[in-house]
Amino acid sequence: MTKNATDSTRRVNLLTNVDWITIVLYFALVIIGWLNIYAAVYNDESKSIYDISQKYGMQLIWIGSSIVLIFLIFLIDSNFYSFFAYILYALTIGLLVSVLFFGKEVNGARSWFQIGGFRLQPAEFAKLATCLAISKLLSSSNMITQKFRTLFLMGIFIAIPSGLVILQNDTGTALVYSAFILVLYREGWVPGNLLFFCVLIVALFIATLLVNPLSLIIFLIVLAFVIFGIMRRRLYEFLLSLGIFIVSLSILYGINHFLPHPFSLYYVIALAAGVSCIAYFILNLWFKIPNLNTIVIFLALSITFTFTVDYLFDKVLSEHQRTRITVLLGMETDLKGAGYNVNQSKIAIGSGGFWGKGFLQGTQTKYDFVPEQSTDFIFCTIGEEFGFLGSTIVIGLFVALLLRIIFLAERQRSLFSRIYGYAVASVFLFHLVINIGMTIGLAPVIGIPLPFFSYGGSSLWAFTILLFIFIRLDASRLELLA
Amino acid sequence: MKNPYADRRFTIAVIILIIAGAYIIRLFYLQIIDTELKLSANNNVLRYVTIYPARGLIYDRNGKLMVENQAVYDLMVIPRQIKQIDTADLINTLDITKAELIEGLAKAKNYSRYKPSVLIKQISSKRYAILQEKLYKYPGFFVQPRTLRIYPRKSAAHALGYIGEVDEEKTKKDRYYKSGDYIGISGLEQSYEKELRGKKGVSIYMVDVHNRIKGNFQNGKFDTTAIVGKSLKTTIDLDIQEYGEKLMENKVGSIVAIEPSTGEILCMVTSPTYDPNLLIGRERSKNYPQLNNDIAKPLLNRALQAKYPPGSIFKIIQALVGLQMGVIKETTGFPCDKSIVNCHNHPSASNIREAVQYSCNPYFYRVFQRIIQQGKSRSIFKDSEIGLKNWHDMVITFGLGKAFETDINYMKGGRIPDCKFYDRWYGKGRWAFQTIYSLSIGQGEVEIVPIQMANFVTIVGNKGYYYTPHLVKEIGDVKISNPKFHEKHNLPIDREYFEMIVDGMMRVVESGTARLARIKDIDVCGKTGTAQNPRGDDHSVFIAFAPKDNPKIAIAVYVENAGFGGVWAAPMASLIIEKYLTHKISDPDKEQRILDFDNLEKSLNFDKKRDRLNKKSKPAD
Repeated sequence: MTKNATDSTRRVNLLTNVDWITIVLYFALVIIGWLNIYAAVYNDESKSIYDISQKYGMQLIWIGSSIVLIFLIFLIDSNFYSFFAYILYALTIGLLVSVLFFGKEVNGARSWFQIGGFRLQPAEFAKLATCLAISKLLSSSNMITQKFRTLFLMGIFIAIPSGLVILQNDTGTALVYSAFILVLYREGWVPGNLLFFCVLIVALFIATLLVNPLSLIIFLIVLAFVIFGIMRRRLYEFLLSLGIFIVSLSILYGINHFLPHPFSLYYVIALAAGVSCIAYFILNLWFKIPNLNTIVIFLALSITFTFTVDYLFDKVLSEHQRTRITVLLGMETDLKGAGYNVNQSKIAIGSGGFWGKGFLQGTQTKYDFVPEQSTDFIFCTIGEEFGFLGSTIVIGLFVALLLRIIFLAERQRSLFSRIYGYAVASVFLFHLVINIGMTIGLAPVIGIPLPFFSYGGSSLWAFTILLFIFIRLDASRLELLA
Repeated sequence: MKNPYADRRFTIAVIILIIAGAYIIRLFYLQIIDTELKLSANNNVLRYVTIYPARGLIYDRNGKLMVENQAVYDLMVIPRQIKQIDTADLINTLDITKAELIEGLAKAKNYSRYKPSVLIKQISSKRYAILQEKLYKYPGFFVQPRTLRIYPRKSAAHALGYIGEVDEEKTKKDRYYKSGDYIGISGLEQSYEKELRGKKGVSIYMVDVHNRIKGNFQNGKFDTTAIVGKSLKTTIDLDIQEYGEKLMENKVGSIVAIEPSTGEILCMVTSPTYDPNLLIGRERSKNYPQLNNDIAKPLLNRALQAKYPPGSIFKIIQALVGLQMGVIKETTGFPCDKSIVNCHNHPSASNIREAVQYSCNPYFYRVFQRIIQQGKSRSIFKDSEIGLKNWHDMVITFGLGKAFETDINYMKGGRIPDCKFYDRWYGKGRWAFQTIYSLSIGQGEVEIVPIQMANFVTIVGNKGYYYTPHLVKEIGDVKISNPKFHEKHNLPIDREYFEMIVDGMMRVVESGTARLARIKDIDVCGKTGTAQNPRGDDHSVFIAFAPKDNPKIAIAVYVENAGFGGVWAAPMASLIIEKYLTHKISDPDKEQRILDFDNLEKSLNFDKKRDRLNKKSKPAD
């Protein structure tokens, strides 16, 4: 620790304690973002890059005002945020309610306040206020005695802004709150398996729809054996279990072969796996091999799950629901409807190649083939004009920022600051995963901005404040005694 | 204090890294591996506008225009770029039905969503003017200027041929052609496709999402200019061609005239014919089936494809072969013994000239007998075999029995029967002279197409040689350099024998069967034929050349079912010869008589009768 560690509280020089790495990353992203907005809006008739009648000119004003906001944040005492967290939250909820009545409707969403020539989107600020509120809540609750009460309250804290945002017809922004699962996970409010389980379910769900059932079941079985082999490292056990499976498969295959109406191979393998699982289970009553039961149960559940999803998908869902899911997963390309944006976006990114076409040289973005290219699909411009190299660098910058935030969060002495840090990281991560994911066809098209890149004052302000409150908290971390 | 969950930060960091890794791999796939996307990007933004060159014009031998071009416009569509369309407005503007539009769009989509295909073909200039105003409303639609043929003189349809859309098979074989391109399908349009078509050019533009052109791609670095097709100067004399067609009106048959010194075809008339303008562009799909089903078979090019019995004109060949083989001499005479084969009334021929003049059937029976039965074997069958083989080898040197290797496609070879043919027909060793003697007077199994008749009379006029008949003189103002057309084919028959025959042919016109072919001040040499055939009345045949020395024109006229050769074919040939040599007609009555002659019904009745019989007999089998 530092040499002044004996004082109970102290004033710390903000400039020496502020995390310059994060600030550099922030400005790097903001400036690259601004150049990309210029490129996205640019056409051959474009005037000066400072022209405020154009989006890139306006974005410059938003960037300038963000810098002012940064100074304001540094002027305010670091205790202000935890102290006023609930009040700020309440104020934002008030704004969300009033925008429903007094807001201006744009593209079917009543999400904006119109003030003169500017538009503000309270939903963007609601994320920020919710981050503060849940940080306050989690940091001031006792995990053991108040667990369910706290989780219940947190659910309400999230449900109110989500609900109001959904009422504004902006489902994408509402989904951002699901990212707080990471915060809960880090702080130990949810068991570790839950996160693993969530990931597994999502992965299996997508795999079921993307991969044909036969390949998937074979993959799952092979995976189970590989995991078992690696975990136990006993050749005898491995061969015995493999033998049981092969014998049951052969017998079932033989029987099936002579049936008047043989079942497909999928069912034969599934049944063999089922029979083997029961056999393992019974044998394990004597052998008591650790982990075997877990693997067997996971295998059985996975197969059941994929089968159920398959069945539900084919038999229960209606045609248009199926289409939406298949388009989302890129299994079918509905090039005119939902798939049009994604397809054009993939084309633009794919045409960038390794080096990209060069700044302002992107034909796909310049000639408006990609819709929403300065907002939700801004990543296309990066992909097309700066290629694989540029895209990787941008993703790298974001990853660096996220890891830096986690690093900073972990060094906080105040629980509030750490939780807030993780909340910030979660929100950024969710935006990145969804926004970049949708432009490359890996995530559903949910209209949420790419932080610092997408055009828009509200989102730039909100992300700036979100990040800099954390930087402010971090800069003052030494004011609190460890 | 040690947070018990502190290690979970690593899990979170790993999750972030895994997602970032997955995204980078995905980007690698999209940007580096998947080339399809780059193609799609080019398809999005690059518009390849093909510049179609004007097809080469076709002229007659005197520079008269036979085929020229007219501008039309194809409406192209790129299905992927279509936005909302005002169907009612579009079908109104284009004058098509809704069904046609829907079907066309479906077809285009089926071909490619990204590449342009033709939606509506050959919009007239007038309709294009209206359409052009509205095109901005329809992204994905654009217009491609094209040229269609037009035939100002409506003549020589078969020789010129026609153009049509290239078929799918051809586009696969030859990458020059794209779906919807035009290609020569028959006649000269087909034979000289490569010369006539020129070379397509391409302009590459960049367009935005609304299909608005934003400029040239890389300042036109990859653009190519179109090269106009070369013009053709044909050997045809359009005046003679037209005159021949006029004379052949209401008759079935063919006229072929050749310039003996070069092998250039002066006219190639087939009748009934059709107006070539009927087979242009969109009209073709409507008119073609009609012409194709017409009982008079106007699409059949009889000059090249009708295999006719030559009748008495074949006696010329028999005489020449007999003389060359030495089985007869100049002074050989045979009595006109009608007990062998029938003949008309004339004095017996005492030499070969008179034999040609009188066209004496028994005489040529004897000649052919001497050719076939030369006593080279003791078996009459074997002897006939040897005789027929020698005869066949010499006869085919007249350009008979197989199609010419020339610039005219789909020519039939006709038939000069050989031993193999009769072996198949009757069995080996089961035929002899007595089986095949009809050949002596050009009946029986011999079949010749009109252009071969014209060519063999050319040989006689040239006294022993010919150039392969052909239809084109110059390509793009350069004399045609095909060596096949400049190769002199010499016959293995001595010139003196030709002179005897020419004398005889002169007498045919002067005082023989073709007196109607006489022309004042011009020595016409000819030979009539009256060919019996299983298709009704005799065909009227006449071959001739003129003038006698250094002939300028050799001609074959074949009129189906018209009777004596001297009565119809001979005067028609003389009219054409006179027109060609003097550019006028001295005997208008002769011309009028031909023009008034309507033999069409008679020729077609046979077909009708046969068709009726066929229909009747159908249920029986």
